[in-house]
Amino acid sequence: MSEYIEQNQTGVSVGIVEKQFFTFAMPPDKLKLESKTSIGPVTIAYETCGTLNPEKSNVILVLHALSGDSHMAGYYDPKDAKPGWWDIMVGPGKGIDTDKYFVICSNIIGSCAGSTGPSSIDPETNKEYGTLFPHITIGDMVEAQKALIDHLKINSILSLIGGSIGGMQVLEWCVRYPDMINSAIPLATTTRHSALAIAFNEVARQAIMADPNWNQGHYYSDKKPDMGLAIARMIGHITYLSDESMRLKFGRKLQNRSALSFEFGAEFQVESYLQHQGNKFIERFDANSFLYITKAADYFDLAGQYGSGSLVKAFSKCKSKFLVVSYTSDWLYPTYQSKEMVKAMKKNDLDVSFCEIDAQWGHDAFLLPSDRLDDLIRGFLRSASNET
Amino acid sequence: MKPDNLRYDLKIIASWIEPGSKVLGLGCGEGDLLAWLKKEKNVKERGIEIEESKVIKCIEKGISVLQGDINEEMEDYPDNAFDYAICSQTLQQVYEPSNLIHSMMRVAKMGVVSFPNFGHINVRMHLAFTGRAPVTRELPYSWHDTPNIRVLSLNDFEKFSDQVGFKILKKAAINTNNTQRHGKMVNFLPNLFATYGIFLIGKE
Repeated sequence: MSEYIEQNQTGVSVGIVEKQFFTFAMPPDKLKLESKTSIGPVTIAYETCGTLNPEKSNVILVLHALSGDSHMAGYYDPKDAKPGWWDIMVGPGKGIDTDKYFVICSNIIGSCAGSTGPSSIDPETNKEYGTLFPHITIGDMVEAQKALIDHLKINSILSLIGGSIGGMQVLEWCVRYPDMINSAIPLATTTRHSALAIAFNEVARQAIMADPNWNQGHYYSDKKPDMGLAIARMIGHITYLSDESMRLKFGRKLQNRSALSFEFGAEFQVESYLQHQGNKFIERFDANSFLYITKAADYFDLAGQYGSGSLVKAFSKCKSKFLVVSYTSDWLYPTYQSKEMVKAMKKNDLDVSFCEIDAQWGHDAFLLPSDRLDDLIRGFLRSASNET
Repeated sequence: MKPDNLRYDLKIIASWIEPGSKVLGLGCGEGDLLAWLKKEKNVKERGIEIEESKVIKCIEKGISVLQGDINEEMEDYPDNAFDYAICSQTLQQVYEPSNLIHSMMRVAKMGVVSFPNFGHINVRMHLAFTGRAPVTRELPYSWHDTPNIRVLSLNDFEKFSDQVGFKILKKAAINTNNTQRHGKMVNFLPNLFATYGIFLIGKE
């Protein structure tokens, strides 16, 4: 997903928020991972907005995507240039209303925004893990979040909400902890990556690993594989857009020139845009985290893991109410993939609603301001909270 | 929504639904009927609606709804998954009505079907005196832009039940006023004087 695409439009904000940390899995009680390895200690960075009610029945867990972090809304400092990544959705009176709900967002394990990941220090070597970091899965991300939720003494989650890789975590949560989850909103997501999605991820990973600075993942005390990571990000951005959105946004318009200049610089606006996105990304993201998280997304296969190949079986233990949302122009996780999960939910007699939002902005549409998505989420959360 | 605010034809349908039952609304629009049934009769509701904006309205009302084609979406449900499948004023817009009725009778124990009566006197007069395709309050479109591609009369539907193989368990011929909030039952020559027909159907 893109970061910080839009500023808060209404001017209303949760205000100042603080990043908090929770450390657990102290050795020898390390966190067991699906890759048959373990890691510890594990730190999870998280932020909360709103107030937990005395019954602890108003908890919403927001799950971020590939490049997101715990900073979903508000500002760390009044002088911050930009609010959190989903400030248009999370705040007072917004789609996820912080006057009503206690909203939690944690940085996923493997990432690089405060939670333990490949750029963290390995206590055994006193150096960054690099590629000695164990392989993680979407299930491991959920286990780390579960540890945080237990630490916060929360037994029941009113709603889980997440898009893209965040949506995968939503689905994994519902399958792993069916008794804790009242409702769930998987947005623009899938129950498993298509070959197309894996292919794009693999090209992006190869770009990083082909960068001479990558050095098998041990680059933290030297030059970083910035070029590889920037290219990886550019590839990602192509998949987040759509033919239509690129045509409308850029077409064949030229960048700062009126005629072709016959050179290998950024002549077309779309080239300049991608380069800008790539350069912005390297300032805040770790290349190894990109490798690990995209791998986790590629490994994700709900039917394979929980249903011996059957998605219907995979959802058989779920109890929550679902709102599945897809976007017409999303070619990374096209609507047919959402419909497959809806079909499997229906066959399990689960309470599921589905809406395909007509939007030209591709996969990224879930992060853009949309009254329709606000209304959907607001309405769904209201009925979910009335029913509990 | 109070029962008084429910459209007259929907009130009749609502009165036929047993409390606590499981109801599938086909082409449920903005979900008025399902929302009423959920609140007043404690039914377990599911809706199917093709238009995104109406789907959003349903979800705002707390209705569970799937955006999609009614025939396609019904396929995923097991046999007798519902007590009732309601097809309110949609039958006349369906390309293959017999398939739709078959699917309804598969996924639900009973079905409710309602449609505007093409045998109504105004329809007959319109064609007789103007010589042009009828345009009435209940069927307000011109021949070239109408979604109502399968216009039928109450008598047609009764004959259809023999052909397709379902039982008519209950029927109501009604005449509604302009706002459609109020109306009355038509007992005298219903195929001539009723503006709408509503049928409760079951398996043979």
